[in-house]
Amino acid sequence: MSEPQHFSPGQRAWRRFQKNRAAMWSAWYLVLLLAVVIAWPLLLKISGGDFARLHGPDELSDAQFAPPSIHHWFGTDLHGRDVFSRVLYGAQISLMVGIFGAGVSLVIGVLWGAVAGYAGGRLDSVLMRIVDILYSLPTIVFVIVIITTFGEMLKQSEFVQNSPAAAGALRIVLLFVGLGAVSWLTMARIIRGQVLSLRSRAFVEASRTLGAGSTRILLRHIIPNIFSVAITYTALTLPAIILYESFLSFLALGVQPPMASWGTLIAEGVSQINPIRIYWWLIFFPSAVLVATLLALNFLGDGLRDAWDVKGK
Amino acid sequence: MYFIRRILFAIPLLFVISALAFLLVHLAPGGPFDSERKPASPEVERNIKAKYHLDEPVWRQYGRYLGDLLHGDFGASMKYQDHSVNDIIAQGLPVSMLLGGLAFGIALGAGIPLGFFTAARRGGWQDYTGSFVALLAVCVPSFVIAPFLILIFAMKLKWFPVALWVTPWHMILPPIVLGSYFVGKVARILREGMLEAVHAEFVTAARAKGLSETALLLKHALRIAMLPVVSYSGPMLADLLTGSFIVENIFQIPGIGVFLVNSSLNRDYTVVVGLSLLYAILLIGLNLVVDFAYTLMDPRVKYE
Repeated sequence: MSEPQHFSPGQRAWRRFQKNRAAMWSAWYLVLLLAVVIAWPLLLKISGGDFARLHGPDELSDAQFAPPSIHHWFGTDLHGRDVFSRVLYGAQISLMVGIFGAGVSLVIGVLWGAVAGYAGGRLDSVLMRIVDILYSLPTIVFVIVIITTFGEMLKQSEFVQNSPAAAGALRIVLLFVGLGAVSWLTMARIIRGQVLSLRSRAFVEASRTLGAGSTRILLRHIIPNIFSVAITYTALTLPAIILYESFLSFLALGVQPPMASWGTLIAEGVSQINPIRIYWWLIFFPSAVLVATLLALNFLGDGLRDAWDVKGK
Repeated sequence: MYFIRRILFAIPLLFVISALAFLLVHLAPGGPFDSERKPASPEVERNIKAKYHLDEPVWRQYGRYLGDLLHGDFGASMKYQDHSVNDIIAQGLPVSMLLGGLAFGIALGAGIPLGFFTAARRGGWQDYTGSFVALLAVCVPSFVIAPFLILIFAMKLKWFPVALWVTPWHMILPPIVLGSYFVGKVARILREGMLEAVHAEFVTAARAKGLSETALLLKHALRIAMLPVVSYSGPMLADLLTGSFIVENIFQIPGIGVFLVNSSLNRDYTVVVGLSLLYAILLIGLNLVVDFAYTLMDPRVKYE
């Protein structure tokens, strides 16, 4: 007779997550992608011998529009650059904008929602009214307006004119701050609802009766309990921000050349569409990696939500 | 009463939005004439600036802009010569509305059956396949779908034209591309709503009374599950109108999305502000309509 096993809520969630095959595969895919993206620049440095000829993302060659082969796994583009290498280089920027943008939305959303939910009363209604108003605005239009205006200001500033590298970096910062700044609304609403219901739960009341102060209640009870919700919605915000970034970059409003993201790579591929010859690999490979990543992040987010049994609203 | 208050509230909101957009666009250095060749002489530049009142302080410019706005005049474009923003809206809005409307039809027409089907076969392989298709539709961006559809259906098979917006044949690929994301979204929302509904007590009661599964799903679950779809429809319609930049760009459709993107790149003040304001008006209006439709559909919902 085996003893009945006892699991903590965290262990139970982990077991549920492990049973979700799609979410597990997605997690492995993302880990692999991250590993390759991080390792690639190092590999480029190490290689260069005869052992394995790897191509840098900016390395030009005469092999213009070469189809996929042993030498160029994803083929080459207009300037003979290796598409595989460029996809990994684009992944760096796409993932970075996504992760930092989701981080910005996480910080704003959790703070906004937690303050509204914990303070309650007038402050709560004012804060949530602002969220309602922002919800009713055309967000992507505002991101475009913000990015073009601030982008122009940056371009004119002396600091940027002296160093093009700084210009590119600032552009990316602008991109993820702008995207993060419009993506926190759902997070704020959900966190507020959670905090509001947690605040009046029996175990919090009990803790208060035992003499615990606000800080202790926040740190010991509220924060750990909204942790799962916050992580879940961050995982679901991440693909949305990556998608927005590629969307803006596709329209030439996001990442500027010589930098590249998945959006600009696909845009380059689309610009090469012509009736005579079809360079399908220019569109197919960047798109496939982008779509696979978005799918994986969505599966992961859904898996986390089911495992933690998080409910929206 | 509630709706009258909402409408009244929308007016100051639009003022704030227009002021914000106006200020943002004006604060940025570099006028709309910078990218052009330098004017022949300082006088010419001064004359051009005077013509568009760019020599006045920003608040005066905004006051002038608001005054014109109250007369229904969005001002003149600074890039497209002899075009007012009203002309651009009059030209582009019907095109964008038609494109968005067709995509809206596709989103509901394909999304609702897909969501219903996956919910009806919940747990089965049809559910997994259908749900995967829905998620795929959400994850594949329009600028990925568009080139593939163009390559296959326009270039290889030559069934449809590659671009432009002239005959009904031109109006098939673009709405499909634009609508695909929303097909997936609607299907996912409906499926979730249906799954919640089939566990509701009144559905169990109806099942206990011997109602067939199909009737149960159609008569009871679908009715409840449609409510979140309705409330999503407002933002969806607005997204379809604002989110058509890419589709208009790829298919070279002369809608307002193309103008907005080009004007942002060209720093054409009045067009950017005017079009942002137009989008805000559309969005606020559509949300109002949806909330109103909601009260008609669900008698439990009451706005005080």
